[in-house]
Order: sequence, then structure tokens, then C-alpha cells
Amino acid sequence: MPLLSVTDLRTYFHTRSGVYRAVDGVSFSLERGETLGIVGESGSGKSVTCYSIMGLVPQPPGRIEGGTALFDGVDLLRCPPAQLRAIRGKRAAMIFQDPMTSLNPYLRVSTQLTEPLRIHERTSSREARRRALAMLEAVGIHDAARRIDQYPHEFSGGMRQRVMIAMALITRPELLIADEPTTALDVTVQAQILELIKAMQREIGMAVIFITHDLAVVSGLCDRVQVMYAGRLVETADTRTLFRDPRHPYTRALQRSIPALQPKGAELFTIPGLPPDLSKPLPGCPFAPRCEFAAEACRREIPPLLECEPGHAHACLRAQRGEI
Amino acid sequence: MDDTIVLELRDVRTHFPVYAGFVRKRRIGAVKAVDGVSLSLRRGEVLGLVGESGCGKSTLARTILQLVPATSGSVLLGGRDLARCSPRELREARRSLQMVFQDPFASLNPRLTVFDTLAEPLKVHGLCPAAEAPARVAELMRLVGLAPRFMQKYPHEFSGGQRQRIAIARALALEPRIVVADEPVSALDVSIQAQILNLLSQLCRRMNLSLIFIAHDLSVVKHISDRVAVMYLGKIVELGPAAEVIERPRHPYTRALVSAIPVPDPEAERRRQRIVLPGDPPSPINPPAGCPFHPRCPYVQEKCKAAVPPLIPAGPDRVAACVRLDEI
Repeated sequence: MPLLSVTDLRTYFHTRSGVYRAVDGVSFSLERGETLGIVGESGSGKSVTCYSIMGLVPQPPGRIEGGTALFDGVDLLRCPPAQLRAIRGKRAAMIFQDPMTSLNPYLRVSTQLTEPLRIHERTSSREARRRALAMLEAVGIHDAARRIDQYPHEFSGGMRQRVMIAMALITRPELLIADEPTTALDVTVQAQILELIKAMQREIGMAVIFITHDLAVVSGLCDRVQVMYAGRLVETADTRTLFRDPRHPYTRALQRSIPALQPKGAELFTIPGLPPDLSKPLPGCPFAPRCEFAAEACRREIPPLLECEPGHAHACLRAQRGEI
Repeated sequence: MDDTIVLELRDVRTHFPVYAGFVRKRRIGAVKAVDGVSLSLRRGEVLGLVGESGCGKSTLARTILQLVPATSGSVLLGGRDLARCSPRELREARRSLQMVFQDPFASLNPRLTVFDTLAEPLKVHGLCPAAEAPARVAELMRLVGLAPRFMQKYPHEFSGGQRQRIAIARALALEPRIVVADEPVSALDVSIQAQILNLLSQLCRRMNLSLIFIAHDLSVVKHISDRVAVMYLGKIVELGPAAEVIERPRHPYTRALVSAIPVPDPEAERRRQRIVLPGDPPSPINPPAGCPFHPRCPYVQEKCKAAVPPLIPAGPDRVAACVRLDEI
């Protein structure tokens, strides 16, 4: 049984200007110890997917319209709040993009680090502090004994992200969701944090969902990648296959628009137009209005996510018919 | 590109004083944001400026535009020192020196229509009679790939990429010779980023513009630049042809920076040799003595701590600031 299995998840936001279908029928599963990358541009629904699973979507305006998210057999979308709280922060943890806004500026790092232990494991404060210190050292914070009593503002951006990781991993979770954890960091610090996540994953053996807009980050870190566009999954495959043999026109276009993969100075491929307005009905493939291969059928029917070979699925009608 | 030098920086320093005390403020030091930068920009050249946050690249851009005063050194535009210009002369000089900022949401006035935004520089400099302004604005909009029928719309009605196009059109309104673009694509999604990069390189070629392109993304800089300058803690540590510097870096910092970038190719990613630097960049208030990079450098020796290394030749049209250049 997979550790996490999400089926037909739909999360809509009901606002004054209409209903935004931020996540619109997303299904995927994650095995124990696996690393899954979710890639997409802003507004593609990659964060909302994970926020929905963790019960972090503000309701209202958000509403989970349908679907299930089975974590080790428990449906996180429908289980009683107490059961969700027992899983979240203990067996499933999350780290966020901006460590300055996700750490509490009024509390010492020690308080924030030991909180999961005190709540979930009812650890004595002495024992909690001992484990917090060990965890801070494990994430590479020097002089942990002194720094543990400092406040978040006394840490640099990279160090704060390490504190967040320590906080998420202190209960040795089975699942870690990382929502663009390195986007706000410099490349040399990003390299440190990615190495750290890999090392901690080896040690604890947890599964990781890594949300990012950066294809390059995914290529070195993830076993499998899924690409999202306009609230839907458009392609999923193991990392090597996705980069070597992308089938969906959106994945191909993304790859062709990254400067790193193109000869220097060459004209970059650009995707014409803009992502669709998610509050308007989309009768067909969400990418069809911008797609160079779009045919009449693409605008009429919603393409299903179908496997083209074991482990590689995509949602492009024309590629499924073998036309492109 | 020809060899005419349009802009020259000579030993530019921009320091910000730091004060302590509440009642009686005392000066306790200075943030040495830019600390002795010398550069020259050729006509039609794209010069990439890279470095991590806090290395002083944005302050350098603002110093060039005289948006912050330089503490010492000079910025020479066509041979004239901008710091010594009168306000009137400076305004005249700004016609040929324009800037595009990172965040197109913050850099456009939300209360001005596209027409107002683009016509304002024309009006200020008296370049265009009021009757001809709409035609000129339409021309500018077409130049950056916007339909002139959106002339009466406000910035919030546009997407991020379109707003950045408006900001670029505003910078081009006065037909400058030099544009300084401070992280113009960092706030944009990859597919939109590609559009703006294409636009900038087309414009440079068509108008023979010189562009200083600031970014932290090395692959973007390598793509668009002719030459690239790498900054660390207020100083240039390496300067040379873009492809050369990024594919065969000489300075230990550039090497670490290049090796830290993940490659969007799983095969290459597996083979990539990573140099993970320890720690964070030091504070520019009390920079380390000697080479600013020595506390994090894997090749550090005693002599690195003694004196600031000068930029020495490191190949054709290349310089790097490392005393151990030939040994490592």
C-alpha cells in the first residue's frame, strides 16, 4: 500500500469574483521513502494540492469539493480534527518557502523546536531540549547549545531554513512536504539545504514531496516528477524519463524555455499567451489555447491522464493518439 | 559591439554609515556595500553582474544611476564624472542612462495609465510635442510587444510579464545608450522569463544599447551576456567573457557558485561535482581582512589573509582576484 494516495482531489476558492478551481481533479500516490517533485508555474495549484492534504487551506474562501487523500489508510480530508492533528506535525510534516514568516518571531528557537515533542510525544522538557539540541546539530547549526536560546531574527535566511527543517524532522516523520524551501535562498545556500534534505531523508527514510518551479532542482533530487498546469496534472514520470522523453507539449515547452538547456544567445522558446483564468469554465485541455499542436478535439474534451508506458502518464489527446 | 567605452567606473565605493545609540547617535562603522569596483562598459555590450544577495550588485546599479551617492571613486559617462554634475547636467545625463527594476508591481505608479507612464519622460525632457505623444507612445508599446490599444489601461490590469514590458518601454522612451536592469526576470515564471530575455537581447541588438544585466541566476546571465562580472562582498572577484567565466571559472568563489547551480538534466546532475561552501557570506560591516572570500575558501593560505588580492589577468580579456590563481 502506498504511504499517500490522493484521488480526484478538487479544491476550489469561492471569492466575490467567482469560483477559482485551484486544484481540479488531481490523483497521485507516493511510496514510502520516495521523493516526488511537483513542478509548475505560479497559480498551477502545486501548493494548494499539498495544503489541501495537510488541512491548511483556509476555509472559507477555500473548500475541498471532493476527492480523498489516504495517508496510511486514513483519509486526511475527512478524518476528525483530532485524528488529523495527531498525524500532522508528527507523521507528516511540512516546510515552507519563507522561513521568516513561518517561524514565530516572539518565541525562542528552543520553544518552537520542542513544541512538536511536547505535544505529540509528551516528552519531558529536559528530554525535549536534549533532542532539540541534537537535531539542531544534525541540521548543521554550529554552537547549537548557545543558538538554541536565540530568536529567529538572530539567524540568517539559510540558518532559519535549517531551523525549520529541524522542527519538521524532530518527530522523525514518514512524510515531509517541502514547499519551495530554497526559492528565497541564494544558490550556494540552496546547495547546502538540498544536500541537508537528502542526507536527512537517508537517515530517517521518509518520503518527500518537493514543490518547486525550478526544473533544475527537481532533476537532482527527485525519483519521480509530476508537472501541473492550471490545477491539473499534465504529465508524470520518473525523473530521467521526464527530462529525456517529455510527451506533453507543456512539459516540452517548459524545457525549451530554460536558458540552461539552450545554446548561448539562441532565441528562447516562448509559450504564447497566459495561463487560463481558473474562474472561467475550461471545456477542454487547459493548455490548448497556448499549445502549438492544439486541434479541434483539444478544445472540446478534457484529456484524461493516461499511461503511455509503465510509470509514465500524460494528459495530451494528440500525443495519446500518436499524432505528435 | 565596438570598443568604444560608454561608461566607466573607477574604484567606486558606496558605504552606508551604521549608527548606534538612541539619544546620542554614534557612528560605529559602515556597510561597505560597494568597495572599490572598477569596470568599463563598451557600446552595444551586455555585461552580466552576478553575485549572491548582499554582495552589493543592486547598490552598484543604484550608484551608477546616482540614486545613491558614491562615497568615493567616479562614474564616468562619456568621459564626464556624474558625481560632479549639477542637478541640471545630471538630468541631461540620465537621458542616456536608464534603469529597469526587479519588481514591476512596485516600480510602476498604480495611478498612472500606460500612456501617462510612457509619456512622462518625454514631457520632462521636452522631447516630444504633446500632440505627437500618443504616436510616440504607441511606437514604444509596439517596440516591446504590447498592443497600443491598451494605452489607457492601468498597471494592475496587466500580468507580471506585461508590466515588465511597460517598465522596459519606459526606460527606452528617451532612447538611452545604457540601460541598467536589476534582476528584471527574477520575479517572473520561466515561460514569461524567456519572453523578456528574448525581448531584451533583440532590443540591445536593434538599438545598439549597452546593458548592465544584474541577476543571481547564472544560466540566465550566461545566456544573455557578452561579459560577466562576479561580485562578492562589494568587490569584483572575476570578470571576463560570459561563456568562459561560467564554463571555466578561475576564482574559487566563481567555481563554488557555478558548481552550486543544479542542472535541469538528471544525467548531468548525477555527474556534477559540487563544492558546497561552508557558512554564509560574512557581514559587509566588518568584512574579513585580506581576500573577502578567505573564510569560506577551500584553498585558503596565510597570504590570503594578509592583503586584498588585486584583479590579475586570468586569460584573454579576463581578470580574477586570487593570489593563488596559477596554483589551483
